[in-house]
Amino acid sequence: MQQAKTLSARPARRVRWMNRDRAIALLMIAPSALAIAVFVYGFIGWTAYISMTDWRGLAISTSFVGFDNYLTIFSTGRFQTNIRNLIVFTLFFLASCLVIGLLLAVLVDARIRFEGFFRSVYIFPMALSFIVTGVVWQWLFAPGNWPSDPTGINLLFKQSGLGFLQAAWTTDTNVVPGWRIEGLRTRIGIPMAMIPVVVAAVWQMSGFVMAMYLAGLRGIPDEIKEAARVDGATEWQVFRNITLPMLQPITLSAVIILGHISLKIFDLIITMTGGAPGNNTEVPGLYMYEITFKANKFAEGAAVAMVMLVVVALLVVPYLIYNRRTEVER
Amino acid sequence: MLTTKWLKLFGVFSILALALAACGGAPAPSQPTAAPAQPTTAPAPTGGGKLEIFSWWTNAGEADGLNAMFELYKQQNPGVEIVNATVAGGAGTNAKTVLKTRLQGGQPPDSWQVHAGKELTSYVDAGQMVPLTQFFKEQGFDKVMPPKLLEQITYNGEIWSVPVNIHRSNVLWYNIKIFQENGLTPPKTIDDFFKVAEALKAKGIIPLAVGGKDRFETPHLFESVLLAVFGPEDYPKLFQPGADWSDPRVRQAAEIAKRMLEYSNSDRSSLGWADAAQLVLDGKAAMTIMGDWAHGYFIGKGAKVGVDYGYAPAPGNEGVFMWLSDSFGLAKGAPNPDQAKAWLALCGSREGQDAFNPKKGSIPARTDADVSLYDEYLQYSIKAFSSEKLVPSVVHGAAAPEAYMTEYGNALNVFASDLDVDAVVEALKDAAKDLK
Repeated sequence: MQQAKTLSARPARRVRWMNRDRAIALLMIAPSALAIAVFVYGFIGWTAYISMTDWRGLAISTSFVGFDNYLTIFSTGRFQTNIRNLIVFTLFFLASCLVIGLLLAVLVDARIRFEGFFRSVYIFPMALSFIVTGVVWQWLFAPGNWPSDPTGINLLFKQSGLGFLQAAWTTDTNVVPGWRIEGLRTRIGIPMAMIPVVVAAVWQMSGFVMAMYLAGLRGIPDEIKEAARVDGATEWQVFRNITLPMLQPITLSAVIILGHISLKIFDLIITMTGGAPGNNTEVPGLYMYEITFKANKFAEGAAVAMVMLVVVALLVVPYLIYNRRTEVER
Repeated sequence: MLTTKWLKLFGVFSILALALAACGGAPAPSQPTAAPAQPTTAPAPTGGGKLEIFSWWTNAGEADGLNAMFELYKQQNPGVEIVNATVAGGAGTNAKTVLKTRLQGGQPPDSWQVHAGKELTSYVDAGQMVPLTQFFKEQGFDKVMPPKLLEQITYNGEIWSVPVNIHRSNVLWYNIKIFQENGLTPPKTIDDFFKVAEALKAKGIIPLAVGGKDRFETPHLFESVLLAVFGPEDYPKLFQPGADWSDPRVRQAAEIAKRMLEYSNSDRSSLGWADAAQLVLDGKAAMTIMGDWAHGYFIGKGAKVGVDYGYAPAPGNEGVFMWLSDSFGLAKGAPNPDQAKAWLALCGSREGQDAFNPKKGSIPARTDADVSLYDEYLQYSIKAFSSEKLVPSVVHGAAAPEAYMTEYGNALNVFASDLDVDAVVEALKDAAKDLK
């Protein structure tokens, strides 16, 4: 220590101390970095490798078959249907969450009475697990033997004299408009049974979007809005030309967060519909689970997992790059 | 001073983390054959040690049956601690996921529940089970179980598991009151079925209750239709490797199934098999075709057989018993092989089966059971099992490998939704590629 003190008087020591800081920093992140390297990236690599083998059955097999498994899954009508469902679910879920979330945020931001109460009410569903949401909404949307002997929401409609609103909900087998395209083994359109699933998901997550937007709204300085009003802008113009553009970073973050939830969705759908009717609400996560653990087609399951990873990466990676750039600019 | 202390502390932590990561990371990619060697402790002479049994029996009747067997085991093997590893979920879907993960990680339970028949073969092929042929001879099981059943647990010339029970899958359950009030008798043939269905529909009663949420109900219905159309000789051939699914009778069966589904409730995909059975009990639907675990469900709901509900073979299935069986095998590399063998001896014994089956609501796999312990339906079923033609169920793992079951099941679940006969015939043809 004595020696260190004498050394510290010299200018060269600065670099060495920096190194020591760095060493500590490295040591501090080493455990988690190592765990992530093994348990996340190691297993991603393992899955990628398995997806290019012919592993079927419980005994592992590592003969290399290239992209055969990918060709197999993409040529099945079932996986094509899964992709269609995933696109429909994601688009509807994102759009509804953003619109409803923004609407709620604007309403709560209007300095109403009991603001805290409403804020809590709207954000509360997020505290539930998707499993709970799925089970409850499955009960609500079970149509029963409608229109004469309905259950759930249909029963509510019947009792309140709105019987004409009854529908097949999660058991609706229609795909609208259901176009057939040469070479595709699924019908293109919106599977109607997906709508109740989207409703449940939006019910759960729109409060979260509201919270994000609310933070964004509170972050917009009043002076700017005041200046615009002084210049004669209407309230709508203030909202359209000042509020909305300034909320853009929030929207981007919300899209990324909701998007990756949506693309990986499993728990909500398996409890609410299990993929039924037919494969009309099935998404790649369910398919992966079934062919891996029920059919023992481990290689094909791994291929589905890799496709899901790539799809999520397509959303998240550009965001990370964008984020890094803006940080560097700062 | 402070920094060096921290450094040391973090050094220790990171080494710990390294060690942990090494331990956790290594077993996962390793092959099942890398299972730890059997412990070399002396074979427990008068008991002691542990026994881990893996099953998906968690519901009322089945868990009671399992516990009854555990009680017997404890009496016979005092001091052995039983670890009851159950994972809930019908037909073992969730349990199998956990089991497969454990087997791949090289940490098998001593003995696990497996459907007798083709489902066994995937574990055998993976080298995860120990042959029990010698054990069967020692215990005399080969003399008291029907040859048809022994055939189904024999693979590559060896016997691999001990059947505990038999369930029947092709049973028609009906609401007696509805049938009496409308002067109807339970349909014996497919043609009868449609006549009865038409009469019921005219009265505003759902003729056939079908579920769909558990994803096996329509495939289950269809296997009984296949049996009706193909007959007991040709039906089992459909699940042999290289089976011919371009047979025009497949289309005929699909047409029949389509008509049947048109006579069923429209909210199929939101109901489980038990919800469908409940419709029959509530008098909202007249019939349902389900395995005899429905009998257990009805009893659990306080209903009386012969008063509230009746049973008959599924339409066109007269004289044929479509069976499935739960069995237990011995794990290769089982941590406690001696205790496990004592368990298997109990599973195959008359005493064990008579303790388990009356509670579970199934019939014993042995032909010498004490019939007086079983209720009316089970006595009927025991008689049918010993006198009727036996065919294996495909949906419940007896007739075909799991890869095939999944494809077959999905083809019919899609069919249940779109009722497209052409598509299901094609999908079933495609699925036949997985018959091995």
